[in-house]
Amino acid sequence: MKIDGKRNVWHNYQKEIADDHFYYVRSCIRQNFFPGSEYAFLRIMKEELGKDIYDDPKHTTCTGIGYHSDVVPFETIQTVVARHFALMKESGYKNLAVSCVTSFGIYSEIVETWKEFPEELEKIRKSLKRATGREFDIPENIAHTSDIIYKFKGEIAEKQENQLVNKNTGRPLQIVEHIGCHYSKMFPTKGLGGAEFPQVLAGMIEEWGGEVVDYPERRHCCGFGFRQYLIQANRGYSLANSKKKFESMAPYQPDAVICNCPGCTMFMDKWQYVLAQTEGKFYGTGKQGIPVLTYEELAGLVLGYDPWDLGLQMHQVDSEPLLDKIGIEYDKKSKYDLTKKMSPKKVLT
Amino acid sequence: MKKAILTIGGGIAGIEASKTLAGLGYSVSIIEKESVLGGKINNWHQLFPDFREGSEVKEYISKSVDSPDVMVFPGTEITSIEKNDQGFYVKSNKAVAFDVNAILLATGFEIFAAERKEEFGYGIYDNVITSVDLEQRFKKGGQFYTAGGKVPKRIAFIHCVGSRDAKTGNHYCSKVCCITGIKQAIELVKLIPGVEIFCFYMDLRMYGLEYEELYKSAQENYGVQFIRGRLSEASENIDNSILIKCEDTLSGRPLKMNVDLVVLLVGMEAGEGTLNAGTLCNVGFGSQRFLSCRDAHLRRNLTKQEGVFTAGTCTGPMTIPETLENARSAALEIHKYLSEN
Repeated sequence: MKIDGKRNVWHNYQKEIADDHFYYVRSCIRQNFFPGSEYAFLRIMKEELGKDIYDDPKHTTCTGIGYHSDVVPFETIQTVVARHFALMKESGYKNLAVSCVTSFGIYSEIVETWKEFPEELEKIRKSLKRATGREFDIPENIAHTSDIIYKFKGEIAEKQENQLVNKNTGRPLQIVEHIGCHYSKMFPTKGLGGAEFPQVLAGMIEEWGGEVVDYPERRHCCGFGFRQYLIQANRGYSLANSKKKFESMAPYQPDAVICNCPGCTMFMDKWQYVLAQTEGKFYGTGKQGIPVLTYEELAGLVLGYDPWDLGLQMHQVDSEPLLDKIGIEYDKKSKYDLTKKMSPKKVLT
Repeated sequence: MKKAILTIGGGIAGIEASKTLAGLGYSVSIIEKESVLGGKINNWHQLFPDFREGSEVKEYISKSVDSPDVMVFPGTEITSIEKNDQGFYVKSNKAVAFDVNAILLATGFEIFAAERKEEFGYGIYDNVITSVDLEQRFKKGGQFYTAGGKVPKRIAFIHCVGSRDAKTGNHYCSKVCCITGIKQAIELVKLIPGVEIFCFYMDLRMYGLEYEELYKSAQENYGVQFIRGRLSEASENIDNSILIKCEDTLSGRPLKMNVDLVVLLVGMEAGEGTLNAGTLCNVGFGSQRFLSCRDAHLRRNLTKQEGVFTAGTCTGPMTIPETLENARSAALEIHKYLSEN
């Protein structure tokens, strides 16, 4: 494989990412299943990078899951999104930082729709005004939060406490990067590196000392896919897709999987448990799965945050083998200690 | 004094037209941006449909310019064109300028850059090559191996790479790729006994005489298999073989296959040379960026500019025989124009 070939593709797909003053929109799945991720993102933005980012309590779901499941009509989701934009306008922000990949796809799709069909935009302006009395502006910049971490990956590297290197072998960690379908498959030009060889996570991994595993089913869906999971009868299909990916990546013996989509993180993490229970199959070493992390969790580990502050105990697959490889110290007893207070930056200082 | 013509482009169209014009009593100058004449013919090992050596055509072409009335300027490109009472005054990037009565644009085509079909991994995966790369391998001769040093057991040809593809902006058929793929598939079967060849196509366009026969022969005599389906993606396996995915549109089922080598049948595009020359001459471009002609049925070698003519694939995809015929036609149109003016 020629890595320069990939880099040439990446150069064709760069995007503008705002530098500061972000209006943050959370993810339904991420904040419920991996709440430490959003905490870590806000902490990195504010404390490490000194950025202005507003986490608005009035913000709601984008209704993307309902939209992709055919229970929320397009007009409705457009109006919900318009309300988000109105909240952003009222808060004095112009740059949207989106935690969820599904939401990122929704915002992108709706803004593109409004560009192509201005009459639709006018209809939604009237609908929102009638329903809430609000007015909105289209954001000047829409970035997924992985784009923002990518943009500042160098600044994070300057404060790096832990390299993505196996401390026992000295070998860079072999990391699978998995991009959510709605990050760049809908609009390749809106994703760093495009749809075929996305750079957004690969860039972070390489910047922080790891190596990217390029395996045959790299582009394949994680198995979530809304309808195939939300309809119970289809769940076998969801599981089969995840299994296809694990079977494909297993020969490369990856140390971890990193995702930018909260849904992908959840399915690639939890389906490994199901596969282990139903088929006795483990894709990591020994009786372990492959740890699946969000990019915020990875950035937090790199910066030396306590793994339990990052919420790694919320994952189905144990992350301890990964922590041991990196050489991160952790307190086994406090893993599930709900009374534990947030640590300052260093673990066990 | 003989009337003078400047031919821009020293591929087979430019050379054939120049030779014909010299034979009709004109003085011709050929400028060619590359250091050698012949253009793309230099790349081809054997030609369809009869497996004739490409070098034979090249030899014929080389002899054509062996005339006192044909001057060749390799490594030369035009920089400006001025129209005057006699015709045109053309400056170049070298210390040479041309006072000519007519200009022939024969700037040819460029090979589609397969990297633009990112999903196929050309330039990234070692065992994804183009039909042009394969010709080079044939020309080298010897045993045929994959990038990993294996004798390939299974090879896939992907048709219409950069042709009939809205994603790349090329809606047209490049005309020569289907038959090139069939010719190359047969060559590989001859070279590697027992190799399995699969051609993935949308539909097969066998334009010329003997093409259909070669297509049948590929199936009946060489066991080449044809699967109707456009590739969706290619990925590299841990052993450097390639995993390909497509839909078999005849069976209506998704298909996944491991192959040792993928050959992308790359199409033709109007290149930078055509863009520059066409812009300097202000002859106009068609929707697919090839040069426009004055009348698509009746005046194919004429442009909207008096005294500026076209020959060959700068106006659209053509086979070698079609290119040579088109070039002769252009020469006669120039002769007619200069006789009347």
